[in-house]
Amino acid sequence: MAAERKAQLKVYRGDKEGGELKDYEVETYPGMVVLDAIHDIQAKQEPSLAVRWNCKAGRCGSCSAEINGKPKLMCMTRMTSFPENEPITVTPMKSFPIIKDLVTDVSSNFRMAKKIPAFRPRPKEADGTWRMQQEDIDRIQEFRKCIECFLCQDTCHVIRDHGKAEDFAGPRFLIALAGLDMHPLDTLDRRELVKDEFKVGYCNITRCCTEVCPEHINITDNGIIPMKERVADDYFDPLRWVIRKFTGGPEKKEKAHLPVLQEKTGSK
Amino acid sequence: MASKSVHLPVLQSGLGGTLRRDAWWVGPAITFVLLSAFIVYSTWRAFENANFLYGPYLSPLYSPLVDTSWAKGWPIPVSGAMIILIGPGSFRFTCYYYRKAYYRAFAMDPPACAVGEPRGHSYKGERGLLIFQNLHRFTLYVAIGFLFFLWHDAIKGLVGWQDGVHLNVGTLVLTMNAFLLSGYTLSCHAFRHLVGGNVNSYSTATAGMLRYKIWQKVSKLNMNHMAWAWTSLFGVGLTDFYIRCVCTGAIHDMRFF
Ligand code: SF4
Ligand code: SF4
Ligand code: FES
Ligand code: FES
Repeated sequence: MAAERKAQLKVYRGDKEGGELKDYEVETYPGMVVLDAIHDIQAKQEPSLAVRWNCKAGRCGSCSAEINGKPKLMCMTRMTSFPENEPITVTPMKSFPIIKDLVTDVSSNFRMAKKIPAFRPRPKEADGTWRMQQEDIDRIQEFRKCIECFLCQDTCHVIRDHGKAEDFAGPRFLIALAGLDMHPLDTLDRRELVKDEFKVGYCNITRCCTEVCPEHINITDNGIIPMKERVADDYFDPLRWVIRKFTGGPEKKEKAHLPVLQEKTGSK
Repeated sequence: MASKSVHLPVLQSGLGGTLRRDAWWVGPAITFVLLSAFIVYSTWRAFENANFLYGPYLSPLYSPLVDTSWAKGWPIPVSGAMIILIGPGSFRFTCYYYRKAYYRAFAMDPPACAVGEPRGHSYKGERGLLIFQNLHRFTLYVAIGFLFFLWHDAIKGLVGWQDGVHLNVGTLVLTMNAFLLSGYTLSCHAFRHLVGGNVNSYSTATAGMLRYKIWQKVSKLNMNHMAWAWTSLFGVGLTDFYIRCVCTGAIHDMRFF
């Protein structure tokens, strides 16, 4: 039988009043992931250790944390991916307000999601259906893979270092907006909002979102940069402006407005 | 409800603050050194204003040839390269890849992912002073124009000799340079947008399927835009250096036929 192996972990314990890294030791086994180790600690040593999880299959996006300083899904990170003799540090996502231990308050993302004017398809065709070809929706399908783990939002320096969680859409919602803008059936023009409300210009395309996305979505190259180019078409390109003046430009979509939100959010 | 994030002391903030244990600083450090080296080299060559023309060979830093005799007697010497470099220089400066590279390596905004940066300054991203980055496409148009000159130079390196056709090392070097710069230019994000990225419904747009096919091809090139960016930068530097060496006699330009 293989010799029993042990791993050292340093796990953040605390809440918004403060906290510290605490040392734990767990027995490892083949195939073990970091979330298993956290569960092991919870089961055998520290029943009060708070952790959010659900699927343990990289599908629900709940178990986001920072492992050795890198934003990752705990359930998709194998214990064997770290050197055996070094402790593994597990901390909550840094960009969001902490609730307890590894659990953070990610509700700024839900507020941002609510601000996005919803999909508004054109009227159905005479036979009562809509038709799209595969090539028309290839690009959008990539963005649909998002599991809303918010690791990209966590690592984005605009949110993480410049504190703009309520002011900047962030990568997750910029690809949502790109998916709507590229949709062959949609009839709303959200580009002004993308520029002024969702502030795509805050993104300086440093690509950390792409680096951490567990779904390997090409957030920057396929979502944000095309969105920046589309905004540039309408708001920054003088040549296109002149062409539009002379030709009337392409068929206009209806301008979208921010939906009126019911609840008052955010503190002063 | 509070929405401000509470920065926990153990999760380090401030420049370089991170719990990452890997050598995150290696990437930006290499970028910093290589880009600085190229800037220093090309600036020196632009001031040198010599050793850029040998037989039919013309250094890419000086291509196309610009007459600067009008600037004689100026307090600072003006060379062709100084004027030429505005084109490719602004193309690279506003390139989406190089932006990432220098925002990380030079501005440290951020230095690497999940690594702290200097705090306290009010961040504007590309909404403030850097808003001009939105005009990258115009530098692309100029860069496409330059490609014609560079291919012209490469062909001239083959057929531009007084005694007929030569295939020399220099011919290959100029061809490689034109090839790499074509790869870099045609893999540009703004080009990808221009050729078809801006279409929403390929199946119904004018020439939609053709645009879709071209867009797919450019997207493939675009996936390696970073590699094109670096290889073409080295390409330009080495091509210029080779021609300089041939001009000064440091290297003999070997002839295959
Ligand atoms: S590329 Fe833009 S959105 Fe993505 S992490 Fe960087 S700044 Fe944020
Ligand atoms: S885009 Fe990727 S990193 Fe961001 S929330 Fe979706 S799955 Fe997570
Ligand atoms: S527990 Fe669902 S993604 Fe990790
Ligand atoms: S040249 Fe790099 S994006 Fe255009």
